[in-house]
Amino acid sequence: MMWWAYWAVVRRDVLLAWRRKSEGLSAVFFFVVVAALFPLGIGPELNVLRNIAPGVLWVGALLSSMLALQRLFEADYRDGTLEQMALSPIAMPLLIGAKMLAHWLVSGLPLVLLAPVLGLQFDLSGDALVTLTLALFLGTPILSLVGGIGAALTLGVRGGGVLLSLLVLPLFVPVLVFGAGAVEAQVSGLGAQAHLSILMAMLLPAVFFGPLACAVALRIALE
Amino acid sequence: MLTVSNISCVRGHKPLFAPVSFSLQAGQALHLQGDNGIGKTSLLRIICGLSLADGGEVLWNGSSLNKQHPEVVEAFRATLCYMGHQQSLKDELTAIENLLFDAQIAGRSLSYDKAMDALQKMGLKTRAHLPLRVLSQGQKRRTALARLSVTDAKLWVLDEPFVALDTHSLNSVQEALANHVQQGGMLLYTSHQAVELLQSNGHAVDVHPVQLVAA
Repeated sequence: MMWWAYWAVVRRDVLLAWRRKSEGLSAVFFFVVVAALFPLGIGPELNVLRNIAPGVLWVGALLSSMLALQRLFEADYRDGTLEQMALSPIAMPLLIGAKMLAHWLVSGLPLVLLAPVLGLQFDLSGDALVTLTLALFLGTPILSLVGGIGAALTLGVRGGGVLLSLLVLPLFVPVLVFGAGAVEAQVSGLGAQAHLSILMAMLLPAVFFGPLACAVALRIALE
Repeated sequence: MLTVSNISCVRGHKPLFAPVSFSLQAGQALHLQGDNGIGKTSLLRIICGLSLADGGEVLWNGSSLNKQHPEVVEAFRATLCYMGHQQSLKDELTAIENLLFDAQIAGRSLSYDKAMDALQKMGLKTRAHLPLRVLSQGQKRRTALARLSVTDAKLWVLDEPFVALDTHSLNSVQEALANHVQQGGMLLYTSHQAVELLQSNGHAVDVHPVQLVAA
C-alpha cells in the first residue's frame, strides 16, 4: 500500500511536469545555453576548453537545478495538496521522497543525458565524457535531495528564490568539488574511482535523510 | 470518538476564541459557528493536527493526539477526511485523474469505475476527462466534493463545504453529508449558510451547533 502510494505520487508529478512542459524545459534550456555560451566566449582554444569543461558543466547543472528547485513544493503548497500529504496515513517522508524522485527525473535526468553531448563542444575525450555522465548521474540526485530541504524551508517566504540560493548553494560545494574533480582525475590518468565513490557516499545518506528532514521542514511551513 | 477539550489558539499575542470543548460521536453532526475571523479554520486545522494548539488537547477514542502516541495519530489519519479552503486540485489534471491521485495520496484504493460514479453523482460525467483549468469555479468545487462519495473515512472535517455551489449540487452535497451521518459517520463542518442536512428519504439529520465566542 505504502509503495503503491509512492509510485502514484511519482507518476502524478511526472505527468504534471509533462502537462506543463514549458516550466521544466526552461531549466533544461538554461543549462544548454550556459554550456554553449562558454566555448563561444572563450574561443577555440582546445586546451583551455578541455580544462574548464567539467567545472563549467557542473556549475551549469547546479544553477539549472536551482531554477527548478523553487517550484518543487510551491504548487502543492498553494493548492493544499501538501496539507493532504501531511494528513495522509502514509508516512509523509515517503510521499516527499516520491516528489523528489519525480523532480530528479524531470529536472536532473535530462541534464545527465545532455551532458555528454554538450561535453563534445569542449573537446572532451570519450573517457572523460563517460566519467562526466556518471558523476552527474550520482551528483544530480544529491542536488534534488539537499536542495529540497532548502526549498521546504523557504516555502511561503517572500523573495524565497534568492534565500534558497544563499541557503543551498554553499551546501552544493562538496558535490561540485568531487563531481568536477572526477572528470579531471580521469583525464589526468589517476582514475575517477575515488571521486565517484565519495559522490556515492554523499548520495546514500542524502537519499535516507533528505526526505525525513524535508517532511519536518514542510510541517513547519504548513503551520 | 473525537473529543476536543479546552482548545485555545493564540494569534499575534491575542487569543482568538474562548477555550472550546466538545465531543463528536459516531452518527453525529456538528456545525461550527462563529463570525468571520473568530478562528473556525484555525480550530479545524488544530483538530486535524496541521497546527498546534496553544492550550488544551484533542483526543481520539480517549487517547491524546500528539507525538507521544504515533499509533493513535496514524489511526486517526486513516479515518480522517479533511477539506479546507484549498481544494488540492491540479488545473493540469482531468477531474478523474484528480480524484484518483487524491485517493492514492490519502492511502486509499479507488477504482476507475467508482471514481466515475462519484463524478456522475456530482453531475460531472461529461466533464470527467477535461483538464480542470477549463472547468468553472463551481465545477471545480464539485470535483473536490466528489471525494466525499468515494472516501471510506469515518470522520469528515469540512471547511465551508457549501460555498460556490448551485442548488442542484448543494442538494447532493447535503444528501451526501446526511447519509454519512446516518450511516454512523462523524461530521464536523463550518458554514455561514443555514443548511438543513436532508437524507435521500427526506428526513433531516440533527445537527448540533458549536458556537465559537471571542475571548
